[in-house]
Amino acid sequence: MATTISFQDTKKKQRGPAGVNLSAGSRTRRGRKLRDNLTGYAFLIGAIFCFALFQWFPMIRGIVMSFQHTKRGVTTWVGFDNFVRIVQDPSFWTAWKNTFYFTVLALILGYAVPFVVAILLNEFRHFKGYLRILVYLPVMLPPASALFLFKYYAYDPSDAGLFNAILKFFHLPTSQWMQSPTMTMPAMVIASTWMNMGAAVLIYLAALQNIPGELYEAAELDGAGLLRRIWNVTIPQTRLILALLAMLQIVATMQVFIEPLILANGAGTQDSATSVAYLIYQHGFFQNDLNGAAALGVIMLLVLAAFSAVYVRLTTKQD
Amino acid sequence: MAQDSGTRTLISQAQLQRGKGKAVYWTLITLTVVIFTLVFIGPLYWMVTGALKSGQEIAQTPPTLFPKHPETQNYADAWNNLNLAKLMFNTFYYAIGAVFFQLVFDTAAAYALSKLRPIFGNVVLGLMLATLMIPAMVVIVPQYVTAIDLPIVHVSMLDSPFAIWLPLVANAFNIFLLKRFFDSIPEDLIAAAMVDGATPLRTLWSIILPMSRPILGVVSIFAVTYVWKDFLWPKLVMPSPETRTLSVGIYAFSGGTPMNVVVAASVIAAIPTVIIFLIFQRNIMSGLTAGSVKG
Repeated sequence: MATTISFQDTKKKQRGPAGVNLSAGSRTRRGRKLRDNLTGYAFLIGAIFCFALFQWFPMIRGIVMSFQHTKRGVTTWVGFDNFVRIVQDPSFWTAWKNTFYFTVLALILGYAVPFVVAILLNEFRHFKGYLRILVYLPVMLPPASALFLFKYYAYDPSDAGLFNAILKFFHLPTSQWMQSPTMTMPAMVIASTWMNMGAAVLIYLAALQNIPGELYEAAELDGAGLLRRIWNVTIPQTRLILALLAMLQIVATMQVFIEPLILANGAGTQDSATSVAYLIYQHGFFQNDLNGAAALGVIMLLVLAAFSAVYVRLTTKQD
Repeated sequence: MAQDSGTRTLISQAQLQRGKGKAVYWTLITLTVVIFTLVFIGPLYWMVTGALKSGQEIAQTPPTLFPKHPETQNYADAWNNLNLAKLMFNTFYYAIGAVFFQLVFDTAAAYALSKLRPIFGNVVLGLMLATLMIPAMVVIVPQYVTAIDLPIVHVSMLDSPFAIWLPLVANAFNIFLLKRFFDSIPEDLIAAAMVDGATPLRTLWSIILPMSRPILGVVSIFAVTYVWKDFLWPKLVMPSPETRTLSVGIYAFSGGTPMNVVVAASVIAAIPTVIIFLIFQRNIMSGLTAGSVKG
C-alpha cells in the first residue's frame, strides 16, 4: 500500500506542480497517441482490407461452407453431410493416393537434385552466372507454356517425341508417357521438377555461401574426405534451410494442380493423374458443388496442418 | 551475397589448381555446362524450332534437329487465331495494376508496421504472416465465392481487373520483405524528418522510399512475373474471352487448335518473362534469397 502511494507521488512530481496543467497535459498526450494510432491505421487500411476480404474472411468462410448446403439460394446447416459425400466419392481415395505418390516422387527427385546441383555449382569458379541463369530460366516461364511443351513435344508417345527419340537413340525402350497409367506420375514429376527446381538451387547456393571456410579446412586437416566433409560440414550447416525447403516443397506438391490439368487433361489415363487439388476444382467449378469443394479444402488443410505439426516436432527435436 | 574467389568451399582452391585436381575440375565444369545447357535450354530450343516446323515434319521419325523448311505460319496463326495481342495486353494491364496496388498498399502497411507502430500493430502483422501458412488451394473456393458476391455490397468482381489486383495486395511475403527492409533504416533519420515538421506521408515519400529502391524493384518484378505465371485464379475470375490472361487464353484454345500452333502461342507467351528475367536476373536472384536465408 505504502509503495503505491509513494509511486503515485513521484509520478505527480514528474508531471509538474500545477494540478490543472497535469490533466490538460495528459489529455493532449492521449490525443496525440490516438492521432498517431489513427495515422498508423490509415496507412494500414488498404492492406488490412485486402487481407480481410481475400484471406481472413475466406479462411473462416471455407470452414463454415463445409458444414452448409446451398440450393437455389437457400443455405442450410447440414452437419458433416458434405464430408461424408466427399469421402464416399471413389475418386477421393484415388486423388489422395495420387497426390501422396506425386509428393513422394517429387521429394525423391525434386528434393535431392537441387541440393546436389547447388553443391556442385558452389565449387565452380567459372561460368557461375551462366549456370545460375540456366537453372532458374524455367522458373520464369509461365507454367502453362512449359507444360504444353512437355505435353506435345516431350511426351509425344510416338517415336517423334523428344524423350522417345532420345531413348531410341540410346537403344532404350520407349514409353507411352501420359498415355501409360504407370508413367503418368513420373512424367508429371519430371516436368514439375524441371519447372521449379531453380528456386531451390538458388536458395541452397546462398545458404552454402554462408558456411565458414574454416570448417572445411579443419575437417580436411582432420583427414575428412570429400563425402565426409559434405556429411559432417555441409549438411549440418545447411540443416535449417534443408528442413524448411522440404516442408515448403511438400506443402506445395500436395497442392499439385496445373500439371494434371494440362499434361493429363485432368484425370489422366485410368484416373492416374487426379489430384486432390484437381478434385476441389472439379467439385467446385464443374459439379456445382461448392460446399463439397469447401469440405475437401478443409480436409486438405487438416492433413497439411497435421503433417506440418509432426514435421516441425521431428525436426526441432534433434536439437 | 557475392562470394569472393578466396572463400574456402568444400574443396580448397589449391587442390583445384594442382595437376590432377585441375583436370578433374575442368572436365566436370565442361560436362556440367554441356549437360545443363542441354537440359535447360534444350527443351526451349525444341519448343521454338518445333513450332517452326510443318505438321508433317513434327510427326516425322526420327525428329529433325533443325527445321527443314522453317515457316512462321504457326506463329502467325497463333497470333491471329488466338487473339494473342489482346491476351498479352490484358496480362500486361493486370501485371502493371498489380505492381501499382502492391507498391501503394503494401509499402504503406509495411511502413506503418515498421515505423509508426500503432497499437496492436504486431497482432495485425501476425495475422498477415499467418496467411503464409494457409495453402492456396484450401481457400480457393471461398475466395471465389467472395469475389463473385462481395460481402455487404453484393457486387460481382468477375471480369473486373480488381479481382486480380486486390487479392494480390494480400501478400504477406511482400509485407515481410518490405517491413524488414524498413526496419534497417535508422530511426534517427525518421526522427530528424519529424523534427523538421515532415508528416508521416512526407517521411515515407521523401526519405523511406528513395532509400528502398532495390526492395521496391524486387517486389515489382515478382508482382509482374506472378501475374504472368498465375493460372487458376485468373481462369476463375476472368471467364470472358475478352478479359482472359495469356496462359488461360492459350489453355482455353488448346482443345481445338493444332498442337504446333498451341506451342507457338506458348513460346510467344513466355517471351516477356524471359526478357524480364534476362534484364533483371540479379534483382530477382537476390530477392529470392533475401527472404529465405537470413530471415
